[in-house]
Amino acid sequence: MFLRGDQPLPGSRLSLRVAVLSGVALVLFGILFFRLWNLQVISGDEYLAEAKNNRSREFKVIAPRGAILDRDGDVLVDNRTSLALQLNMAKLPEDPAEERAQLARLGELLGMPLRKIRRTIAEEEEVAAGAPVTLKQDVGYELTAYLEENADEFPGVALQRVFVRRYPQGTLAAHLLGSVGEIDEEELKEPLYKGLEPGDEIGKGGVEYSYDRFLRGDPGLTKIQVDAAGQPTPGGQLVSKAPVPGENLKLTIDGDVQAAGEAGLGAYGHGGFISMNIETGEILALGSNPTFDPTDLIEPTQAEVNELYRDPLLAPLVNRATEGVYPTGSIFKIIPALAALENGEITPNEEINDPGQIVIGNQTFKNAGSQAYGPVALVRALEVSSDVYFYTLGARMWDTNELQEWASKLGIARWTGLDLPEEAEGLLPTAEWRNQLFKEGNTDRPWSIGDNVQLATGQGDLQTSPLQMAVAYAALGNGGKIVTPHVGMEIEDAAGRVLREFEPKTRRQVQIDPGYRSAILEGLHQAAQGAEGTGTDVFGGFPIDIAGKTGTAERDGYGDQSWFAALSPYPNPRIVTIATVEQGGFGAEAAAPVVLRLLEAIYEKQVSEEAATSETE
Amino acid sequence: MYATRTRSARPEPFSVHVGIVERLGLAHMDWPLMISAIGLVAFSLLTLGQATQHDVPGSPNYFLERQSIYALLGIAGMLLLTRVDYSRFRELRVGIYTFLCVSISLVFVFGFAARGSRRAFELPLFSFQPSELGKLLLVLALAGFVIDGARRGSEVQRTVRYLCLGLFPAALVFLQPDLGTSLVFGAATLAVMYFGGVPWTHFAVIGGVLTALVAVVLVVAPATGFPLLKEYQEERLTSFVNTEEHADGAGYQQTQSVIATGAGGLTGRGDQATQTRLDFVPERHTDFIFAVIGERYGFGGAALVLSLYALLFWRALRISTLSKNAYGTLIAGGIAVSLLFQTFVNVGMNLGIMPITGIPLPLMSYGGSSVLATFLAIGVLQSINVQAHLSQKGRFAW
Repeated sequence: MFLRGDQPLPGSRLSLRVAVLSGVALVLFGILFFRLWNLQVISGDEYLAEAKNNRSREFKVIAPRGAILDRDGDVLVDNRTSLALQLNMAKLPEDPAEERAQLARLGELLGMPLRKIRRTIAEEEEVAAGAPVTLKQDVGYELTAYLEENADEFPGVALQRVFVRRYPQGTLAAHLLGSVGEIDEEELKEPLYKGLEPGDEIGKGGVEYSYDRFLRGDPGLTKIQVDAAGQPTPGGQLVSKAPVPGENLKLTIDGDVQAAGEAGLGAYGHGGFISMNIETGEILALGSNPTFDPTDLIEPTQAEVNELYRDPLLAPLVNRATEGVYPTGSIFKIIPALAALENGEITPNEEINDPGQIVIGNQTFKNAGSQAYGPVALVRALEVSSDVYFYTLGARMWDTNELQEWASKLGIARWTGLDLPEEAEGLLPTAEWRNQLFKEGNTDRPWSIGDNVQLATGQGDLQTSPLQMAVAYAALGNGGKIVTPHVGMEIEDAAGRVLREFEPKTRRQVQIDPGYRSAILEGLHQAAQGAEGTGTDVFGGFPIDIAGKTGTAERDGYGDQSWFAALSPYPNPRIVTIATVEQGGFGAEAAAPVVLRLLEAIYEKQVSEEAATSETE
Repeated sequence: MYATRTRSARPEPFSVHVGIVERLGLAHMDWPLMISAIGLVAFSLLTLGQATQHDVPGSPNYFLERQSIYALLGIAGMLLLTRVDYSRFRELRVGIYTFLCVSISLVFVFGFAARGSRRAFELPLFSFQPSELGKLLLVLALAGFVIDGARRGSEVQRTVRYLCLGLFPAALVFLQPDLGTSLVFGAATLAVMYFGGVPWTHFAVIGGVLTALVAVVLVVAPATGFPLLKEYQEERLTSFVNTEEHADGAGYQQTQSVIATGAGGLTGRGDQATQTRLDFVPERHTDFIFAVIGERYGFGGAALVLSLYALLFWRALRISTLSKNAYGTLIAGGIAVSLLFQTFVNVGMNLGIMPITGIPLPLMSYGGSSVLATFLAIGVLQSINVQAHLSQKGRFAW
């Protein structure tokens, strides 16, 4: 190669090199043009869509849940707003040491030890992975200001305005209301919660659960144009869908009656009560003791709930009126009475001698206190609660299944259709059931006459709830209608306009002879308020005539279970009221006074009006 | 005086009329080159004016005003250089080379750190980045050395000498660290050698060594625990291979610039161009300005810009063949290749097919040093063209 600076390069060698370079350049420009064409013209639409998505961020606007009211419109549950401190796990520092330092600093501000923060995070992640973790509700003003000023130091920490359930009446109707919580992974898969996302709140029990779709409301959506840093650009609100608040739920519950029942039951012990309209199934009051404060369930971790309510004997979260199943004692007697009458096993006037005890098979069955009543017919048998009379009925029907058929028809050990998720099915002992158990070797004996004798007095293997007994008594009172008990009355919008009424249909009709019905009712009236009635001590002075029955059930391992069932007013009842008290002793000792308190509340106006008229007279 | 006037009272039939254009030295300028350069910088001003209005609070035309000043200064410098015989630079090669190396080195001492690397001096109007001007200076000096040393030593010795001369300033720039500019230095060095007649076999060896080097730097060294590149450099270089994986990190810029460009479609989104306006594309007034053009003006605008670059390159290459001497050929070739390299790498980076190297788009990206240096380089090209015409020794024209 020979180069001379003042001379041109030899043409042939240069032109080859220039040609090669030109070729390279042509290829390079070709690549750029081809790529540009590909990006912009061929895939342009895709990138445009991506770009549009790129510049907007969606912010969910939480919708307040609907309020829950009692039948008079008094608020049982509503919302208050609260600033919740939430952690967005994805935005925490990646470096474990930095993350630890930040959480520790946050813990100091919140007064939460690091260990507790970690536990909260772990628990919430388990429930709903990916959703922001709420560390603390009700962050105070000073802390809010501090966190906002020093937002840079706390990446991933956000203060979110949230709605928190408020219970202005404290523990009132706690078991009915249920609680609200974040949807968990299992629930997300259910069709019922289609469209919900991790972090959304749903009802977790009681009417919050049953009427969730009305109460829940629709979250709003704000689409904001943002820059690359996620900061909203001025005037960049693209779409905005206002949140639709949840609708209000009005319950059939009468707050005053409910309060009276809870106070009454609270004075006597653990148990449950229910007061229901026998024609419609509307529940006026339904309660359980021990109870709990629903406010405790707002923000707790599962560990805290367990700690609060771990005592299995107390089990305050259990609704004893619907989930508590027990033998019922003598309040069950209306069923063998109906079964025997309707099947011709006895007539209302047939007398059975009650010497205080009876030997059936090789067993001796005694009255309570072995008291002898002599010859008794139906009405008196109910009034004095002659066990021998009903032992005899049970013995007469022992191999017929008539008693079980009638119990089942009246709803014993069957789902009632109640609009609460908390309900127990119970157990109605039948020959078939026990014989099957025996065949499988799960019990020491087959069905015997003694089993039916026990059942006829509401003893033995029977397991039923105050709710089921209320349905059975309602059927007796209304002439055979099996109503669907319910606490949901109507759905209202915020302005109080009724959007929907709940009137569950009668589930089935049982044929009850009106003569038999009135005979039994008369017996019950005598039992509650007659001269020798077992409930007369409690209801003798009650100004309104009622038909009622005491019950005292023996429970293995526990003291006697006290029951009282009342249909009021007599002779044309409208309302059934039942209470039970665990280890309460005789029916008249504990359950009857609870029912009295409920009836007093129900008829308060009537009573005071009558008192007023009698005074003027 | 009167006699003269009398003698030329009638124009001579063979006289050449010397007009204003001739006097300014513009008569033998390459007009397509001039038009493409001015067109590109005009496009740059249009884009900056429309797309960066909200970037500097309170002064919507911040970038537009400054880039205009740089452009005017650059055009003035270009016109000035057009009238200078570039051949003089050959005599100054040692001085130019020394100035190049010293100015780059001084940055280490006085320069200010821009995003972790020191590249520039802070001057009153703009921060002067010696390595930008260095692209031109290296070509001017190296071409001189190549001509000068053409008869000394064996072919291998010469090749090694050129490489060392070229790669020393490239290494200095690399240490700033400014990977992109050092690559431009490397490309310019190879281009000058290419036009200087270094045998094909040598280029094959250099190519082999380069491939091995890339393998060592990107694969072997990190694997053995002795990374030669800083982590961000390596990520930028490799993330374009799989941008999805790096969508939040190094691949973010590229993902965004590809989305922006693609969203422009055939006709562009104009003021609806959100990606480049709302900060999704970072460095949109410098390294990623092509994405802005792509989004705002669509395929039409982007293709026009690419065509102007093709025109620029073609005219530069053409001038290398017209040169009156070998020195001019080498300079023109070096400038042409470094422009081509910068254009391809930058546009390729914007389109997601080249790694992120921080090379500005000549005449388009915002930046005083780059605009000024590129105009000066074009001025040198014009000078070669003018000299070729004046000496009437152009060998062939395309």
